[in-house]
Amino acid sequence: MKLNGEKIIRYTLVAVAFSALASLLLIAVFIMKEGVPFMVKVGLRDFLFASDWDPQAGKYGIYPMVVASLYVTFGAMLIGAPLGVAGAIFLTEFVPRSVMRVIKPTIELLAGIPSVVFGFLGVMVLAPFIRSTLGGPGLSLLAAAVILGIMVLPTVISISTDAISAVPNSYREGALALGATRWQSVYMVILKAARPGIMASLILAMGRALGETMAVIMVAGNTVRIPHAVTDPVRTLTANIALEMASATGMAREALFATGVVLFVVIMILNGIALSAIKGKVRGR
Amino acid sequence: MRIPPRITQALAVTILGSATLLTVAVLLFIILFVLGKGLPGVSLEFLFSAPRDMGREGGIFPILVGTFLLPLMAIVIALPLGVGTAIYLTEYTRETRLTQALRFGTDCLAGIPSIIFGLFGFIFFVVMLKMGWCLLSGGLTLAIMILPTIIRTAEEAIRAVPNSYREVSYSLGATRWETVLKVVLPNALPGIVTGVMLSLGRSIGETAAVIFTAGSALRMPASAFDSVRTMSVHFYILAREGISNEKAYATAAVLIISVLLVNLAAYGMMHYFMARRAR
Repeated sequence: MKLNGEKIIRYTLVAVAFSALASLLLIAVFIMKEGVPFMVKVGLRDFLFASDWDPQAGKYGIYPMVVASLYVTFGAMLIGAPLGVAGAIFLTEFVPRSVMRVIKPTIELLAGIPSVVFGFLGVMVLAPFIRSTLGGPGLSLLAAAVILGIMVLPTVISISTDAISAVPNSYREGALALGATRWQSVYMVILKAARPGIMASLILAMGRALGETMAVIMVAGNTVRIPHAVTDPVRTLTANIALEMASATGMAREALFATGVVLFVVIMILNGIALSAIKGKVRGR
Repeated sequence: MRIPPRITQALAVTILGSATLLTVAVLLFIILFVLGKGLPGVSLEFLFSAPRDMGREGGIFPILVGTFLLPLMAIVIALPLGVGTAIYLTEYTRETRLTQALRFGTDCLAGIPSIIFGLFGFIFFVVMLKMGWCLLSGGLTLAIMILPTIIRTAEEAIRAVPNSYREVSYSLGATRWETVLKVVLPNALPGIVTGVMLSLGRSIGETAAVIFTAGSALRMPASAFDSVRTMSVHFYILAREGISNEKAYATAAVLIISVLLVNLAAYGMMHYFMARRAR
C-alpha cells in the first residue's frame, strides 16, 4: 500500500514539474494562434516594413514601432550598460567587501520599484526638464531611453557583479604580482574573464528594456511616426499593444497579437543567447 | 603617448566611483521624491476609506484589498506547482534531457515580458475560458508569471539541505516522500518563503499583466469572479488619465513602501537562511 502511495506521488510530481514548460508552450501557442494567421493574411512585408498604422482603414504597418522599439532599447543600453558595468566593477574591485555587501542589496532592492513609478517620475521630472532644455514635447524617445536606462541598472549591476566576483582570485593575484595597478588588472585580466557573464547581463537588460510597457507608455509620447530627433515622441511595440488592447476588435486585435508574436520571438532569441552565454561560462569552469 | 599607470588607476577610480555614486543617487532620489510628495497625503483615513469620484477623492481601501488578494491568489496557485517542480527536479530524478528541457522552460518563462503575459491571460482566461476580467483570471496569469521565481528559489533551498539529513531519514526506514515531507521541506522552508516574498513584491508592482486580466473595477470584490484593481493599476490610471496627482503620489508612496517592505523581508529571510547554512 505504502509503495503504491509513493508511485502516485512520483507521477503527480512529474506532472507538476511540467507546469512551467507547459505554460510557456501554452503562451506561445495562443499568441501565435491569434497572431500568425494575421501575418499570413496581411503579408509579412506589409506588416513589418510598411509605415502606415491605421487599423480603422485596414493599414497595419508596424515599421515605425519596430524602429522606435529598437531606438529606445538601444538608447537605454547606451545609458544603462556603461553605468551598470562601471558600478559592478567599482563594487567588486575597488571598494571593501563590507561596503559592497550594503550597496549591492540596496540596488537590488531598488529593482523592486514598480515600473509605473519610474514612468510617473519620467512624466513629472524628466519630461519637463527635456522640454525646457532641448525643446520638443518632452515626452519623447530620449525620455523613454533615460527612464529605461535607469530601470535596467539593477539587472546589469546585479548579474555583472556576480560574474566579476566569480573570476578566481588567482587571476587578480597574478596580475598584481606582475606589477599591474588595480585598474590594469581589471582592464587586462578580470574583464576578459568575466566577459560572458557581463554580456549575459547586458542581453537580459536589453530584453527587459524591449519588453517594458507601462513606463514607456507614460513617457514616450506614443505618436506613431519614425522619429527624426531624440526629442520626437515615439510609440514602441509594447506600448502599441497595451494602448489599443482595450478597444481593438477583429482584425485590429489580431494585429496586436501579431505585434506580440514579433516581440515574443525577438525576446526569446535574446534570452536564448543570454542563457547560453551563462551556461557556457559555467561549463567552462 | 602612454599615460602612466598611476594616472589611469586614479582616473578609473574617479570615473567608476562617480558612476556608482550616480546610480545609487538616482535610485534613492526616485524613492525619496515619491515618498516626499506622497506621504503627506497618506493617512489612516486614506488607507481605510473607499475612493469617490473615480479616485479623485477619498481613499484606497478596496484597492488595498485587491492588492492583497490578487498576489495571494497567484501564490496559492503557483506555490504547490513551483515547490512540486523543485522537489521533482532535486529529489526524484537525476540530470537528464528531460530535466534540462524543464529548466530551459523555466528560464524562458522568466524572461517573457509582462505585456505578453497580459495578452495571453486576456485571450486565454478572459476571452476563451469566458472568465471575464476577474480576480481568478488575474491570479492565474500572475501565477504563471511568478512560477519561475518560486521554482528556482525552492530548488536552491532544497539543494542546500545537507545529504546527511536524508540519509538519516532513509536509515530510519522512511520512504522518499516521507523524507521530503518531514525532513527536506521543513529545512528548506526559509528559502521557499524567500521566493514567495520576492514573487509577492513582483506581483504587487505589476501593471501590464494585471490590467488586462483582473480589470480595474473600483468596487470591493465579493468573489473570485469579480474584477479588482491593484495599487499599481490604480496609480497608473490616476497618473495617466490625470485624475489626481495628489492621490497618485499618495498611492505611489503606499505602493513603494509595500514593495520595499516585502523585498526587505525577503532579503532578511535570505540572510537568515544563508547564515544558518554557513553554520
